[in-house]
Formats: sequence, structure tokens, C-alpha cells
Amino acid sequence: MSEWLSNPVFTTWGSNTSLWSNALITLYMTFATMAFTVLVGVPLGLLLFETERSRTPWVRWVNRVVGFVVNVGRSFPFIILIIALMPVTRVIVGRVTGPNAAIFALTVAAVPFLARLIEINLREIPAGKIEAVQMMGASRAQLIRQVLLPEALPGIVGSITTTTIATIGYTAMAGVVGGKGLGDLANRMGYQSYDNVVMVATVVLLIAIVIGVQALGSQIARVVDHRARS
Amino acid sequence: MITLDGLTKVFPAPDGGDPVVALDGIDLHVEPGRIHGIVGRSGAGKSTLIRCLTGLEKPTRGRVEVGGTDIASLEGAALRAARRNIGMVFQHANLLDSRTAAQNIGHPLEIAGASRAQREQRVAELVELVGLQGRERNHPAQLSGGQIQRVGIARGLAAEPKVLLCDEPTSALDPSTTRQILRLIRDLRERLGITVVIITHEMSVVREICDDVTLLENGRITQSGSLLEVAADPHGPLSAELIPLPPVPTGIDATVINCDYGDSETLRTSEDLVRLAEQHAAEATIVAGTIETIGGRQVGRVQLALRPIGAEAASGIGREQLAQLLGELEDRGVVAREVVA
Repeated sequence: MSEWLSNPVFTTWGSNTSLWSNALITLYMTFATMAFTVLVGVPLGLLLFETERSRTPWVRWVNRVVGFVVNVGRSFPFIILIIALMPVTRVIVGRVTGPNAAIFALTVAAVPFLARLIEINLREIPAGKIEAVQMMGASRAQLIRQVLLPEALPGIVGSITTTTIATIGYTAMAGVVGGKGLGDLANRMGYQSYDNVVMVATVVLLIAIVIGVQALGSQIARVVDHRARS
Repeated sequence: MITLDGLTKVFPAPDGGDPVVALDGIDLHVEPGRIHGIVGRSGAGKSTLIRCLTGLEKPTRGRVEVGGTDIASLEGAALRAARRNIGMVFQHANLLDSRTAAQNIGHPLEIAGASRAQREQRVAELVELVGLQGRERNHPAQLSGGQIQRVGIARGLAAEPKVLLCDEPTSALDPSTTRQILRLIRDLRERLGITVVIITHEMSVVREICDDVTLLENGRITQSGSLLEVAADPHGPLSAELIPLPPVPTGIDATVINCDYGDSETLRTSEDLVRLAEQHAAEATIVAGTIETIGGRQVGRVQLALRPIGAEAASGIGREQLAQLLGELEDRGVVAREVVA
């Protein structure tokens, strides 16, 4: 017991091996990734949904091309994606290691995932509701702002929660590019150094973070959901 | 108010088969301030007709004119502006769950760009008009079916349209709520002078509130006219639906005839029929029948049992007498025939 209490993993702050600093890095990578992912993924999901219903041939092609890119993005194993992206990461972030380089790779992985989920959320809106508002003379922008996003909001909140949790899992692999964080700590100090206490501690902390994110997401979804409970 | 001129809509074949003709040369005119019912089985083209009226579907041929505007020729912003002249009410109301009753009612005004103050004032008027006071802040999930449809109707009226299009407005409601909603629609017509088109498969809706009715079958109009004309025409396909035939009675030892009246100038009630039948050496009794009063005029189908006068339990009247009676009924505009059990 006293050994644990004197273990620098638990007692230090600000070092490479500190549990607390790495937890903060994990949170930072997750939330920064999600900020970018929501900014890009929600409009991309809308684009997938809106272009699918079109009867104009070139719009249908946009749908096919975007759909293909999204599928390719989702097929890459994340560990391969990080490495394959390195040249691009160097251009955009300026370096290929560290948390910020990891955030770029995480965003590229999370955007197609979220976009597909958003597309599914939008499809769940009954077509009659969309047509009803079209018959009132709504423009496309009004339709998106006043019908699609608000009606799908409970589902969208759920999709963002799911993507956030998937991203927390992916941050563990960010250690490959020196991204640090809890997963990396569990690997370096726990698994590779045979320190079971550190490994269990990091996993427990990760579980706590995931449960917290899910609880928060579910609570927000409940507040914004005005549909009948069935 | 609404004029359809040779409206035709053909959908391309789904997979290599023949194209589907949903509407085939529809000519229809709806006068301002009338309640016009459009009836037909599912697949008759009712939904396509509505979609053409609101410009969601472009006609293959023909003209669609609502309030003097040719809907079919419009695109983009002009079409969106024209749609604001048409209020829609749907079977399942199609309210947005994310909005309260008041926000749903005000939605067409929001789309039209009305200010918040204008919107709030108009919504308050509409809430009172449809009797929803105290429910403004409720979301649809907290309202009953009848209240939801009241919100739907108020929303349809929000932008002060000239035409209210109702697509099966009561088909999802129970009978007493249906009556309330129909009474509301009729009230609104009286108060606002709005033109109403009701698409329905329920004959009771037509009987209760329509001034005129059109029957759609396989994309064509097979009968159209005022409710009285249509109901009173015993040869037309709608009269049998509006005034159903009584079932053939069993266990009656008499000659039984069916009489459809309503078209006749001299035989205006079922009593008139009985009196005429009794002139032909018979005792006449009404054994079954459906009688409606439409536009102050009686229209009905009744079944008369005929026995020779004075005969206690004897069977029917003679063939000669029967032929005479049927002939006389026919001369006076009543469709009559013997029922053979």
C-alpha cells in the first residue's frame, strides 16, 4: 500500500509518467477532437442526407463520391491511419508527434464515423414532417435549421456521445505518435513495465471517464427530447 | 378558387414495366367558400392530386390553378410564396416534436418572415379560434389526438391561406373527436369564408360537412357534383356509398322491393312511397331503409314488403300488380326493383 502511495505515477504532477497529467491530456485530446469532429461531421452528415434525396444527376454523384470517401475513412484501422496520415499531419499541424498531431489523426478518423451516424439520425425524421414544412413554403436553409437539426437533436446528441467514447478509446493508440495520455501510460508504465497497479489504475480512470461522458450525453439527450415516451 | 384542367401525372415505371398513370385528365373546379370532398379508394390518385396542388409534384400535362396562380409553372421562391396561400392539414398532423403547440402554429409565419410580435398576436388569435387555450406551451407528445389535430388546423390557417387542403384529417381520430374536428372545420369556413378541400375515404365525413363531392377512381373522376345531386342520383356510384343499401331481409313472407328515391319530384318521402304502393291493392310496410336529409331534402333507400290487402299471412302480391307498381315508380323517378331473397 505504502509502495503505491510513493509511486511517482500517483504522486507527481506534470511529468511524463504522472497519472493525473496524462488523464488531462486524454481529456484534452478527446474534447479538442470532438470540437473539430462536430464542426465537420454534422455538416457532412447533412450533406450525405440531403444529396441522397435529390433527383438531379450531379447531386447524386456528389452523394456517391462523399459516401465513398466516408466509407474509405471508416475502413482504415486507426493505427494504420495515424501512420498513413503523417505527411499530411506534418503539413497541417507542423509536426508528426505529440497530442496535437494525434488530434488531427483522431479527427480524421472520427469525422466519417459521426457523419454516418448523423445521416441515420436525420433519416429517422418522418418524411411527412419534412414535407409538411416544405408545403408551408420553407427554403432549404429553413428546412435544415427549423426541421432537420431540431427534430434529430436527441439522436444527434446520442451520436456525438457515442463518437466521443470511441475517440477516448482511440486516444490510447495515439501513444504511437507520442500523443501521451492514459492509454499510452497504461501501455508504457503498466503493460511494458509489468506494473499491474498502474495498469489497473489507468483502466479504472478510463472507465470512470467513459461512464461520466455517457451519463452527461444521456442527460442532455433527455432534456432536448420532446418526443412521446413509448 | 381551384381549377384543374386536364391534370395528368404519369410516373415512370419502377423497373422496366409500364409507366403508372396516377392522374388521367382531371378537370375540376372548386368555387370559393365551398367545402369540397374528394373520395376514392387508396391508390385512386388522391395523394398525387394533393401533391400536385401544393407543387410538390409537377404534372406531366395540364394546369393546376389555385387562387388564380398557376402552381405547376412556378419554381423556387415563387413556388414557395404560392405555397403560403395553401394551408395543409394532415392525417397525423405532422407537427414538429421539437416545438410547442404555439411554436408549431406560428411556424408558417416564421417561414414567411413575420416579426415575433406579429407572430405572437396571430398565434393567440388562432389558439382561441381552435379552442386550445392553456395548451400553448405543451409539446405534441403532451396533447391528445384531437388537440394535436386542432394545432394542425391552426397551423394550416396561420398564414391566412385562401385554401385549406385537408388530407384525411379525421382518419386517425375516434368518432366523437372526428365530429368535433369536422364541426371546427365547418365553423372556420363560416367565419373565415375559406375554401376547403377534404380528401377522405370516409363517407361519413362527406355526409357531415361537404357541399360538393368528387369521386376519384383509377386516376379519373367518375362522379362529381353537389352532395345532393350525387346522393340523389341512384345510378351514380356514390349514392350507394353515401346511402348504403339495406341488407336483404330474411323471414318475411311477402314481395319485397327496393326503392331509391331523392331524385323524384312527386315522391319526396318514404311515406309517399307507402301511399303509392297501397293504391295497388297492397299493404305496404317499410321493413328496412336508410334515410338521410341532405340540403333540406330527403334522400333514401328503403325496402317495402308488399302483401295483398286483407290477407293475414298470405305471401306476396300478384306479378301483374307488381309490374304495374314498379312501372309507376319508375315513371316518377324512383329506381325500384324486386328483391329476391
